[in-house]
This record gives sequence, structure tokens and C-alpha cells, in this order.
Amino acid sequence: MSESTRSDAERIRTLLRTESEEIKENTRLFNAARYDAVETVGAETHERYRTQAREIKEESIDRLPELLDRTRRAVEENGGTVYVADDAADANRYIRTVLAEKDADSVVKSKSMTTEEIDLNESLEANGCGVWETDLGEFVIQVAEESPSHIVGPSLHKSREEITALFEREFDPEEPLDSAQKLTAFAREFLGERIDEADIGITGANFVMAESGSIALVTNEGNARKCASIPDTHVAVAGIEKIIPSVAELEPFAELISRSATGQDIPQYLSLLTPPVETPTIDFDRAEEPEFGGNDADRDFHLVLIDNGRRAMRQDEELRETLYCIRCGACANSCANFQSVGGHAFGGETYTGGIATGWEAGIEGLDVAEEFNDLCTGCSRCVNACPVKIDIPWINTVVRDRINRGKDPGFEDLLVDGLVPDEEESGTPLRKRFFGNFETAAKIGSATAPLSNLVASSGVARKAMESTVGIDARRDLPTFERTTLRKWARSRDTHVEDPLRRVVLYPDVYTNYVQTARGKAAVRVLEALGCEVVVPDVGGSGRAPLSQGMIATAEGKARSVAESLLFYLEDGYDVVVIEPSDLAMFRREYEKLLPAAAHERIDEGSYEILEFVYGLLENGADIAALPDGDGNGVAYHSHCQQRTLGLESYTETVLERLGYDVLTSDVECCGMAGSFGYKSEYYELSMDVGETLATQFEPVENERTVVASGTSCMEQLDSLLTAESRHPIELLDPVDR
Amino acid sequence: MSAGSVQQFQESLSRLDTPSTVVTPEEFETELAEIIEPPAVGAELAFDGHSLSGLPVTLGPSPSQLREATTGVTGSRLSIASLGTVVVESSTDGDEFVALYPEFHVVVVKESEIRSTLSEAFEWLRSEFAAGRQSFVLATGPSSTGDMGALVQGVHGPERVHIVIVRDDE
Ligand code: SF4
Repeated sequence: MSESTRSDAERIRTLLRTESEEIKENTRLFNAARYDAVETVGAETHERYRTQAREIKEESIDRLPELLDRTRRAVEENGGTVYVADDAADANRYIRTVLAEKDADSVVKSKSMTTEEIDLNESLEANGCGVWETDLGEFVIQVAEESPSHIVGPSLHKSREEITALFEREFDPEEPLDSAQKLTAFAREFLGERIDEADIGITGANFVMAESGSIALVTNEGNARKCASIPDTHVAVAGIEKIIPSVAELEPFAELISRSATGQDIPQYLSLLTPPVETPTIDFDRAEEPEFGGNDADRDFHLVLIDNGRRAMRQDEELRETLYCIRCGACANSCANFQSVGGHAFGGETYTGGIATGWEAGIEGLDVAEEFNDLCTGCSRCVNACPVKIDIPWINTVVRDRINRGKDPGFEDLLVDGLVPDEEESGTPLRKRFFGNFETAAKIGSATAPLSNLVASSGVARKAMESTVGIDARRDLPTFERTTLRKWARSRDTHVEDPLRRVVLYPDVYTNYVQTARGKAAVRVLEALGCEVVVPDVGGSGRAPLSQGMIATAEGKARSVAESLLFYLEDGYDVVVIEPSDLAMFRREYEKLLPAAAHERIDEGSYEILEFVYGLLENGADIAALPDGDGNGVAYHSHCQQRTLGLESYTETVLERLGYDVLTSDVECCGMAGSFGYKSEYYELSMDVGETLATQFEPVENERTVVASGTSCMEQLDSLLTAESRHPIELLDPVDR
Repeated sequence: MSAGSVQQFQESLSRLDTPSTVVTPEEFETELAEIIEPPAVGAELAFDGHSLSGLPVTLGPSPSQLREATTGVTGSRLSIASLGTVVVESSTDGDEFVALYPEFHVVVVKESEIRSTLSEAFEWLRSEFAAGRQSFVLATGPSSTGDMGALVQGVHGPERVHIVIVRDDE
């Protein structure tokens, strides 16, 4: 293990020990509540809001310069001031000027990620100003002198006991703060006084409405409203991307933001404020005078809109989507790795979770994004969670690709170069190239099996692999088959009379070289259901290089796959895919890698194996050709990308029709996701994520056959359980009939 | 715009553990006086025919009265039946403060101003914005937080909310 790998591993291990339990519980609560809330409004309605929200964001970012002007005019007409800050220093300087003008030395703030981004508190404190965070989560973090570990719940990694200990140490209260109620009461008292005395209130703005110059604030505690209305000067700080045209466009976001964040239908307080507000000012120095102290001070309002890299992101084809983000945190909550280690591992200087890579790359730079980018396994569980339909895994891949370039610049190892016939620039790190070129390793491994398997499993080889390419020695390696699926299929003598359909079975790298059993079963099942099957000579889909961020190589693979498949598709064949991550390539990522027409054709002509079987049965194929399930039990784990594509239920339905009793896992992810689980620094994390799946299946593994759709999932299950897992198609194999 | 029903509104409120009372215009004053826990402060209701002036409620309170009040009474010009939401306007009467400081917030709404859905409320908001009234808070249940290790009500805002629904004149 290299030094940096070791320190990553150490950091992750520490977080697993110290923060994991709380993060797990809280993110999963939010996540489950989101599913429930979406189900209650109805998937279709929810989808309609998502589409609207997406369109509004696309349009707003497109029209940003014009909307900025409109905002400025509206706010000024209302009597406020707009300042557009180029970067953090500019914003901080401006806010300090406002403070100086007011002679202010005390500030209360409501939660705002944008002020975290510019380190506003440090800037103000350095100027001798007292700053208090009034959102209780932020308050905890401030007192603990830590950074937020979650966009929505900054202190979500802390237990009640830890907060109690922290507050008792810092504030030495008269009574013990040994319950959530007492803690809250204490904070309310403490912060209430700070708010009443503050000279200036600083808030964020979840949305800025250009036409009226209004801001929308989303809170559950009510502190944003207090910060905005009690001090007579209000400064709202937001990124320029928060602007939407008018209150008319706010509606889908009002529907989506809390539902996606915490599963609430609407936040406790959704404030639409058009400052300076009409609420009278209040003067606590004249505590006995009516009319709130009879103060006639004028209200003053400053809207500080921050660029800090955003205009450049807007021009960046790939990062642009990041600007549609409404900071709901759903991507973090749905992420299995985030659920285990939280934002202190899976996040940068400010932002955390799936979309953090896009934000940090845009506002801080690639080196900050690099620290955690590899924690995105590309499982795609966040894709459907995101209320504005951002392709978060793609952003992570793009950033990974950019990080790769310029690494290991002097690397010229001819031996390894032979193993990595890719299209990457020479900077790409050796280890990434190794995983990205797994197809080549598989080819050689298979050609030299069983010797290769023997060698690869020897202690010396495992040590060498761990030190050179970081494959954890605790993982079992795949065993290569001497006879590939293609070779087997070629040598078979079959003929289906009058075929119902003609099928190209896509021989993905794993099925072809490693898991040939599921490939053979697939061929036999399709034939039994009346299909003519060919297994052509097509290479890898490009999934392996893509997950290493090697986009150029993936694109090359995609082109070559397309060439072969389009030939068959034009000829009336259907493409059937066994490995869900490859089907996801065809349906999702090929959109970015291939010309539109080619992607569309492949997308509509490809099916997941059990989706296809389901279709055959619906169209008259005879289920009696397949073995009966006889009421036997199955424990089924679908695959992340398969679930994102909405394909999980086909397998369930087919198995049920065959008479199986199906139990489906409901965890977000098995934790393996391709190469991720093999990497030494992520081994513990991968196993920690897998624990949840194991917990669900362990009690039933003796009564039920464990089946999984994805290769990685099967490998993970095999390392977690005693029973061996199989691909569902193997249960349908007519050989067993 | 379809009118939301009192029944649906009350059901939503009970899901939020927020009690509600339905009164006729005639009962309004006596019933409200029952619900208010003194000392109370208030912001004058922004609708015709009903006022807080005859009630034990201090309008335009001093800062001390505001801080010491147990109850804050405000009106709401619009409610959303499906969500149990009330809309508090930022006005010169100080509705914002009255709705936030005391631990108990009593909100008066009119039956005729109940809408069914958020979408209908947005139609109303758009017309209000067009008419130049542009600061509102959509409040749903008491203020709450999960940041202290369990869900707790009453953080910076009220701990309890009571909605008084005034029936339309027959
Ligand atoms: S990327 Fe999407 S899911 Fe993630 S925080 Fe932003 S809006 Fe929410």
C-alpha cells in the first residue's frame, strides 16, 4: 500500500469508528422518509415536479446574466442593495464594509452553505465581530469547531450524548443538559439573547426571485425569519445560481425541496420575503415602550450574490448541471458510502455527498475534489433521488478523468503498458489503468487458465498486487475460465425452428471470461423460450475504464461495441444483456459517448436478461419450458444500476410466476460496485456497507437460494455469506428441469 | 380556485398534532378568549368583521410584553387544507414577531380562505405578488429541530400552535 493509500485507509477506519453510527441512522431515516413521501404524492406527480424544476433551472442558468440584472433592479427599487462578488475575498470585504458602516460588532446567522464556502465567520471574527450560528445543527458545529458533515444536517454525525458533553464543557450550565429537550431549551435561551442583541442578521437564500427581488428561505426552526426580521440590517448571501425568474417558478421547488431532503411535504417555514420587510423594527433598549419599543429605525437590506467560480461552471459543458442543485442532500442520503462515513470523508472543504465533487471542482479546484472523488462508485442510486435530475455520477466521472490527467507523469513501464492498451494520456495513474483495462487481464487470464488462477492466488502474487495496484489481499479474485462463453457458444450445435425472436446475447467481460455459467444458462433459457441466440465477438462495454474516469478509452470501447451491435440491430435482432452495469452503459452513459442516433438505437434495442424473459412470457412464450420454483424461497439482491433503470421488478415477477417465494433486499447498495471493493483503502468501507445486506440475508440464507443480478454484488455476497450466490437466470436453466 | 374543506384542513392539522377549533362568527370572541393563555400579545387580524380589540390581547406590545407573553395571536389570510399550512404576512402590525416569540401561537383563519392544495395557494400568492404584497411565511405546525438527537418542538419559534377556523357567515 502506498503512503497516501494508507492514510486514506486510516482516515476511513477512524470515521467508521467514530461517526458512522450516527450518520447511518440519520441519513437512512431521511432516505426512508423521502421514499415514503414520494410514494404518498405519487411517483407520477413527483416526476412532473422534477421535470418542471429541471426545466426552470436550465432556463434560469441559461438566462443568468439577464436575470441578474433584473434582480438588481428589483431589489434597488425595493430600497435594498445588490452586490455581485467575484470570489470569497470580494464577498467578505463587502460584508465587512456593511458592518463597518453600521458600526456593527455582533452578527447572527441562519444556516447558509454559501457563507461556509467563503469562510465568512472567520473573516468577521478576524475583524473583532461576534458571530453566532442560530441553526441548532450549525451551532453545534460552531461550538465544536468542526466542519459540517452533511448539507442539510451539518451536525448529523454527533450523538445527543456528545452534544451534551460538548455543551456542558463549553457553557458550564447550572443544570445538566441530559435530554434533547433540555439541550434545545438551553440553545433557544442562549441564541435568543444573541439574536435580540445582534446588529446584523445574515441569512442565505434558497431561491432568489428576479422579478420582485424576493428571497425564499426554507427552515424548520424559525431562526431564518428571526435573523431576517429582528436586527434592522439584513444581509442575504447566495450563489448567483439561486436566481429563478419569479414567484411563479417557485412552486415545483416548494413541492420538492423538503420532500427530497427530509421527507416532509413542506418545510415548517417557507418564507417568501421581499426585503426590506414591513415588519416594524424592534428596540430592546426601550423594553417598556409600546409598538416594539417605538423604534423608527430604517430597515436596510443587502443581497450579496457570489460568483466564486460559478460563471466558469456555467461555461463548462460538463460542470454546468451542478448549478441546478438545490442543496437538498438527497444524493448524500441515498449514497451507501456516504451513509457509512458521512461528509467528513465524502466531501470537500464545504460541500458533501454526491454532488460535492461538482461543487468543489468548480469553486475550489480539482485538488480538493480529488480528496473524495473516488468514493463515488457510480452506482447511480442518487440519480433518481435528485429533484432536478442531475447526472451526478457522470459529473464524478468527468472530474475523475480531469484529475487523472497529469498524474504519474513519468510513468513508462513497458511491461504494464502491454497490459493497458488504452487511449489515456500517459498521466493516468497505473492503478486506474490496471482496473480500467480489466478486459485485457481477463483475456490473458483466461487464455492461461488454470495456471493464471493458481499464480494469482499465491501469497507472493497477492502481496505484489497489493503493493503495485492496490488490490486488497483479503478479497478473493475472480477465477478465469479456460473456455470462454463465446468459445462454448461457437462450438454448440443448435437450431431453433421458426424462432420467436432473434437475439444477440451480449458477452460482457465477466460473463465471457469468469461467470460463464450464467451466460450458458441465459443461452439455454432463451432457446427454450423459442429464441435464436448468437453470442458475437464484441468487446467490453467500456464500464471498467469509465469507472476509473478514463473517458477516452471508454469512448473507444463504446464505438467498437456500437459498430457490432448496430449491425445486428439493423438486421432485426434484440440485444440481451446479463450484467446490469453494462446495460446501464448502453442506456445511460452511451448517451454521452456516442452519436445520438447510435445511442438511441442501442438504448431501445437492448434489454436486461430477465426483462427480456418477462417480455417473452408476456408475448406467448411457454413458461412450462422452464423449471418450476415449487414454492422454494429466493433471497434476491438486485443491482444498483438495474434499480435506477427501474428493472428490479422483472426478475421478481418472473421468479414469482415460476412459483418461487421471493424476498428482495431493500438496501441501497451492496458496497462492492466494480473495482471499488478491491481497492485496499476502501476494503473496510466496502465491507461496512455490505454489512447491511448481510444482516438482511444472513437469517434466511439456509432456507433460501441467494441470487444477485450483478457480478460485483455476487462477489460481495459470497464474501459476506456462507451460502454461494447465483444469478437469477441460473434458476431458470432448463438443464435443471 | 376550489375551496378546501374544513374537514380536510382539520385532518391535516391533527396529523401535525396541532389542535384546531371551528367557531361561528358569533362564538368567535368567547371561544378565542378561552383558547388564549395569558399573558397574550397579538397583531390585528387583516380581515373584515373580526378584530382582536375586545380580547385580552395586547396589540402593538412593548419588547418586554412580547418576550413575556405566553400566547401570540395572528390572523392568516390563507390556509392550505391538504398540508395544514397557514400563511402569515409580514405586516406593519408585527405579525412576524407575534408569531415567533411566544411559545403558543394561535392563528385565526376564515373558512372561505381555505384552499385545497399548495398549487392553489401559489395561484393566490402570484396574485398577491402582482398586487405588491410580497412577504409571506407559509407556516406548518410548530417550529422543530432534529439537531439535538431527537425531534423537539419549539426552537426559535412556537412550541405549540392552535388554529381557530371561523365559519363563513350564513
Ligand atoms: S445534486 Fe440533486 S440531490 Fe444532490 S443536493 Fe443537489 S439537488 Fe439535492
